[in-house]
Amino acid sequence: MFQMIFRRAAVCALAASAAVALGAAAHAPAPVKTAAPALVKVTAPAPALVKIGNFTFGPQALTVAPGTTVTWVNDDDIPHTVAASDQSYRSKVLDTGDRFSMTFAKPGTYEYFCSIHPHMTGKVVVKAP
Amino acid sequence: MGDQPSRRGVLACMGWAGTGLVWTIGGGVLSSVTLDQALAAPKTGVKPFSFLQVSDSHIGFTKDPNPDARATFREAMAKIKAMPVQPDFILHTGDISQLSRDQEFDDADQMLKETGITVFHVPGEHDMLDEGNGAAYLARYGKGSLGDGWYSFDHNGVHFVALINVKELKAGGMGHLGEAQLDWLKNDLAGRSSSTPLVVFTHVPMWTVYADWGWGTDDAAQAMTLLRRFGSVTVLNGHIHQVIQKTEGNVAFHTARSTAFPQPAPGQGPSPGPLKVPAGELRAALGVRTLTVSRGTQPLAVVDASLAT
Repeated sequence: MFQMIFRRAAVCALAASAAVALGAAAHAPAPVKTAAPALVKVTAPAPALVKIGNFTFGPQALTVAPGTTVTWVNDDDIPHTVAASDQSYRSKVLDTGDRFSMTFAKPGTYEYFCSIHPHMTGKVVVKAP
Repeated sequence: MGDQPSRRGVLACMGWAGTGLVWTIGGGVLSSVTLDQALAAPKTGVKPFSFLQVSDSHIGFTKDPNPDARATFREAMAKIKAMPVQPDFILHTGDISQLSRDQEFDDADQMLKETGITVFHVPGEHDMLDEGNGAAYLARYGKGSLGDGWYSFDHNGVHFVALINVKELKAGGMGHLGEAQLDWLKNDLAGRSSSTPLVVFTHVPMWTVYADWGWGTDDAAQAMTLLRRFGSVTVLNGHIHQVIQKTEGNVAFHTARSTAFPQPAPGQGPSPGPLKVPAGELRAALGVRTLTVSRGTQPLAVVDASLAT
């Protein structure tokens, strides 16, 4: 589904994306042996940012490609959290300026809210471009 | 008590007269019990007393408009210590801390302790921010409580109920009591006479002050169904850092000021974040509340005093 990541985990996410790319290459019909694995270039989608300000997530709905790392940053002077609406994960409390990142590997709609101020809701829509 | 004979005096008089029956008036209904029963029963008559409400101390808050929430809380405690009539106890209606850190709780506890007055707590959402989602609060303040920290007690004939409405909040929702707590409340109130004055204290308002900012409790109506039969119900909360009052039948709702920072009036601003008042106006927007219980089912006298006075 998705992985909660901190800095080191980002490397794992890249590795996972690389493995997926390699897997796809292995199933390709063309029999021609092309590049060695070391030469396969894999680029993760550009990271995306959600700003928390005035007790809202901006953008409220964010659409990204699979494998995108989304970072939330709290610009409010009140702490907030990022918590899955289905309670499957919750960030640590984010004080002013604190950040939280997650990589969304699989397509789907991921709804979340602030567990401190539950009227604050947002969603990440993950779909192939 | 004025010119009313005290209950003890009446009992003594009855005992001397040897009638063996004691007449009591509860909720306007005259009833009698035997003298032995009356003497054996705990005191249930309401005796006048006062207590305090402090709220939203947010110890650890250091931003505009209050660079030091510890200092203003300390001022509030000094104000309490200087009161000519000491309250029987203090109710703290939550958001003791800013980020549920041990040091924040420690400092709040120390300042409260210096008043020498017993304190009863309920948590705010800021007290639920430890890794254990409120485990730290419960370990510190939850002794003798049930579930997520709810409890009740009696004082001078008044029944006090502490409700928790900041646990397991749901996406898109507001404050939340939950079925387990509502079941407990039902049982807690079941055997009580409707003439018993009730004081309910919690963090988030028990009526919807402003839904867009989450200023209400999703399942408060279920609690109100249980409370409505009582002749005098006072509901105290914090969370919105301003004095707002409302009456619904016999139920009086009072939200309290913070000792840390004010918040905007409902909907008056882009968000419910701290209201950035000039430094010279901060203390007028902070305060503590005194409640005085007179007798019977009369509403409690509620006096809000700012830190500027």
